[in-house]
Amino acid sequence: MEAADEIDWHRGIFEVLRAQGFSLAAHVPDAGHAPLIRMCEASAEVDCVTLTTEEEGVGIVCGAWAGGRKGVLLMQSSGVGNCINALALPAICRIPFLTLVTMRGEWGEFIPWQLPMGQATPGVLRAMGMLVLRAERREEAAATVDAAAALAHNGRQSVAVLLSQKMIGAKVFEAG
Amino acid sequence: MLRRRPSIAALLEDRPPELLAVSGLGSCTWDLCAAGDDARNFCFVGAMGQAAPFALGLAMAQPERRVVLFTGDGELLMSLGVLATIATRAPRNLALVVLDNESYVETGGQPTATAGPTDLAAIARGAGIPDVRSVTASSALPELRAALRAAEGPLFAVLKVAVEELPLTLPHSLDGVTAINRFRDAVLSPAG
Repeated sequence: MEAADEIDWHRGIFEVLRAQGFSLAAHVPDAGHAPLIRMCEASAEVDCVTLTTEEEGVGIVCGAWAGGRKGVLLMQSSGVGNCINALALPAICRIPFLTLVTMRGEWGEFIPWQLPMGQATPGVLRAMGMLVLRAERREEAAATVDAAAALAHNGRQSVAVLLSQKMIGAKVFEAG
Repeated sequence: MLRRRPSIAALLEDRPPELLAVSGLGSCTWDLCAAGDDARNFCFVGAMGQAAPFALGLAMAQPERRVVLFTGDGELLMSLGVLATIATRAPRNLALVVLDNESYVETGGQPTATAGPTDLAAIARGAGIPDVRSVTASSALPELRAALRAAEGPLFAVLKVAVEELPLTLPHSLDGVTAINRFRDAVLSPAG
């Protein structure tokens, strides 16, 4: 069995999304998503859209679905707050909306400014009617995204997967 | 100064089957509905700032269709960053038509930034959108109508329109599920 730290969970997520027919990834870059973003950019089958702010990704993913394409929004937890009113669109239209959120402001966080939005993230998403799943361990990351994507599209739901900071690894800063 | 409803009607005259229209919340939704109910329209009645991102996603998903967004200065000002995103993606089939009346009419006519120093056409140009047009006379509408159907996008047009009190014309349904299902069926139907 593969050791946990050898599992390429970014690759696993990319493969389950491709297997479910996702062809659009909208993102505000985050270090925790960087390997997945690189895979999307390298793929001829995936359009990778860099956003200026996360809420743009809500409209893009919803518009793409109206046109018959599956998309996903990749963001850091700090971006979730930017999306709140935009989430009315998938909520009221029951558009399948999937977002993968790399968590900050929890396990081992060094930057206190990340705490308020990081801690509020699950509550904010639920307050907007989203289903919230969470991956704590590398072994479960791909399977959780697989389940969330199916839940979103089979059930026409807005679904978020929180990728825990413990799994991603907290950013380490050297004091200057 | 243009009048908004005759302008939209002129731009949609002899509408080709492949033209999909999206409207931003507020006046533009009532205007698009007043031009005639059509399953190929998706009209925002909320989620301010989301109309342009939605139109971008739609254009990316439907490269063989033309996607035209009708929105107002107030709605677009809420999400100006999307102009940079659109310019960067550069979908050839997307056109943004901004009906700029320099005010938030729905909420009492408070001035928007375009009543002052802000120039949306200059912002669009600065964002990197290659085809930016300013329209101030109805005589220019036929040329814009042709461009919406054939010009290589992304295209951004600002129409300076008068402040008018117009009757409310509601969409086919205010229920989001009904509205998006009808629209998506029309978009994905091979005949459309």
